[in-house]
Amino acid sequence: MSILVDRNTKVVIQGITGGAGSFHTRQMIAYGTQVVAGVTPGKGGSKFDDRVPVFDTVARAVAETGADTSCIFVPPAFCADAIAEAAAAGIRLVVVITEGIPTLDMIAVRRLLDEQGVRMVGPNCPGVLTPGECKVGIAPGYVHRPGRVGVVSRSGTLTYEAVWQLSALGIGQSTCIGIGGDPVGGIDFVDALTLFEADPGTDAVVLIGEIGGAAEERAAAFIREHVRKPVAAFIAGVTAPPGKRMGHAGAIISGSSGRAADKIEALRAAGVAVTANPAEIGVTLQAALAARPAPRRHVEVRRAPAGRPAPRKAAAAGKTAARKVPPSKKPAGARPKQRPGKKGR
Amino acid sequence: MKLHEHQGKDLLRKAGVPVPVGRVAFSVEEAEAAARAVIEETKNETVVVKAQIHAGGRGKGGGVKVVRGVAEARAAAEKILGMRLVTHQTGPEGKVVRRLLVEQGLDIARELYASVVPDRERRRVVLMLSSEGGMEIEEVARRSPEKIRTRAIDPAYGMRPFEARDLAYGLGLGEPATGKLARVLQALYRVFVAEDCALVEVNPLVVLRGGDVLALDAKVNLDDNAAYRHKDREALADPTEEDPTEAAARAAGFSYIRMHGDIGCMVNGAGLAMATMDILKHHGGEPANFLDVGGGASQEQVAQAFKVILSDPAVKAIFVNIFGGILKCDVLAEGVIAAVQEAGIRVPLVVRLEGTNVERGRQLLADSGLSIVVGQDMDDGARKAVALARGQGA
Repeated sequence: MSILVDRNTKVVIQGITGGAGSFHTRQMIAYGTQVVAGVTPGKGGSKFDDRVPVFDTVARAVAETGADTSCIFVPPAFCADAIAEAAAAGIRLVVVITEGIPTLDMIAVRRLLDEQGVRMVGPNCPGVLTPGECKVGIAPGYVHRPGRVGVVSRSGTLTYEAVWQLSALGIGQSTCIGIGGDPVGGIDFVDALTLFEADPGTDAVVLIGEIGGAAEERAAAFIREHVRKPVAAFIAGVTAPPGKRMGHAGAIISGSSGRAADKIEALRAAGVAVTANPAEIGVTLQAALAARPAPRRHVEVRRAPAGRPAPRKAAAAGKTAARKVPPSKKPAGARPKQRPGKKGR
Repeated sequence: MKLHEHQGKDLLRKAGVPVPVGRVAFSVEEAEAAARAVIEETKNETVVVKAQIHAGGRGKGGGVKVVRGVAEARAAAEKILGMRLVTHQTGPEGKVVRRLLVEQGLDIARELYASVVPDRERRRVVLMLSSEGGMEIEEVARRSPEKIRTRAIDPAYGMRPFEARDLAYGLGLGEPATGKLARVLQALYRVFVAEDCALVEVNPLVVLRGGDVLALDAKVNLDDNAAYRHKDREALADPTEEDPTEAAARAAGFSYIRMHGDIGCMVNGAGLAMATMDILKHHGGEPANFLDVGGGASQEQVAQAFKVILSDPAVKAIFVNIFGGILKCDVLAEGVIAAVQEAGIRVPLVVRLEGTNVERGRQLLADSGLSIVVGQDMDDGARKAVALARGQGA
């Protein structure tokens, strides 16, 4: 089992004819992903590598091919529009690889996605990968192996490192999600933890955070209340100097909040096995798995915190109608404690 | 990108936020002329001479002087211009003051705080208002969070007048100050959106005896991702505020931040780069820098990054930690070899490679004849780099 994407996922690539888009489309196909369509305005009617039909619009691509997931490589200036186009065309999951999108664009488009009940991963992220089934994004496929550990991370290469460590220990993954490092994006730790907790194919979760923001603290609060599966974590940036920007827009420490030490403390207090050594993410998870028995699988335990239907059921059904049920629509009270009206930074 | 106070105030003034009468000055003579002009215009002998650097806490560091008359303004300018101003935000090395803002003195009744920031958790632009102006907002948040009022703005509608009034009326300023404050708050939001800011902070936002509301300070940061739609931005940059090495790295397409240790780092990806610094520290070492060569680095960029690391005289060992995803290991290896052959290398080099085309990359390094220590994995590489920086064999 897995979350978000699986062997039935039908992917459309927005920006398929660009440099990064074409390279990674080939990689995704080689991995076994069902890439059913590409979109580049003005190139509709052609075929990418003589096999993937290219359309001028996402609406057309969806109508012709039944694509349900989009992977976006469009340049930053046009990216918010591309995301909105995917949502309007009925895409259920938008994976945005593009780096460098203005924050105000993301604020506006995220509002739109929430309204339409469309999920987003990214931007500025490696994407989502369910080992052996489907890769949507740019993660190197071969480091993964199928299994029962979920991975969620704000980083790119550090995620590959963690997955590599797991695989080297013989621990496979259910699904790996890079949520991206930008201040405003799509799925966050709490969303991913909700899905992993509800996924019968996931036994434990690796969480990789970094300095800046309060996403890890909110994850800790959520884990304490709602997650029964073991969680292992690493937080990057213990040595980062305050106030310096470390590449990711998200990695800014200002004042007392956003520091690695505070995040580590919050996660430990919630029962998460946090390692201070990034080379020991794999063994930390292994130890956490060994220390705690596999969770009891009561249906009500899974549903109580989730509040959202698992999207892969809709995908497995393979029906357009199933997509009408917005998978990420937030039911009232689904996350009572994680959205406090606290100070704005 | 950070702006100077005077540049931020220019943006605010254009958007309709009242700011004090003031002139920017780059020399003592210009400061004297600025003081004369300000006094002339305001018929008020009191002026304020303010150091313009990209850091807060200038007043406490001696970078702000309230004076009377042109002569005193000149004397203050002589003192502040060229000084190395140390504040809690500059680090111990401080920043050299190269420009001043000479402003009118004002009769202040109240000091407030206002800012506009993107809120990650609410995924909205948020307006923050506090009755506690003049002190750091982090301090207010710690001591009396109830004194901070916020409002998240719906991007589809922008800040509506009633939302500004809701915030403003909570402070009990009376009229006409409250009405003026509400208009200022709306203007601050407009500036944030129109200029694609990352931060607009006015601390203090002052209420004068007559009820006028003015931005006495302005801290404006711009969203670099939006630079492409603001063609006039380059003119606002102050290259003297930037570390020249960091600026050169950025121009070459990668990000470099100097730290205070002795182990140079070259990594791909910001998260892994931070984790690499962390693991060095974990094993008792000190990173000399943060360096993310980026996802799709070319051989030339890798070579360039290598030179930047070696330009730091404190570096005693280099740790290259690459997990090749988009960046292929053979490309990285070729870049390292080219850089070492061209520039020579005076310190031990530890390379850990994993990922796409790793076998070819390792083979290239082995065949190069260069003295390169192989890190079997991240932990092994970090331990070896720490040992070598201490002058111990790995």
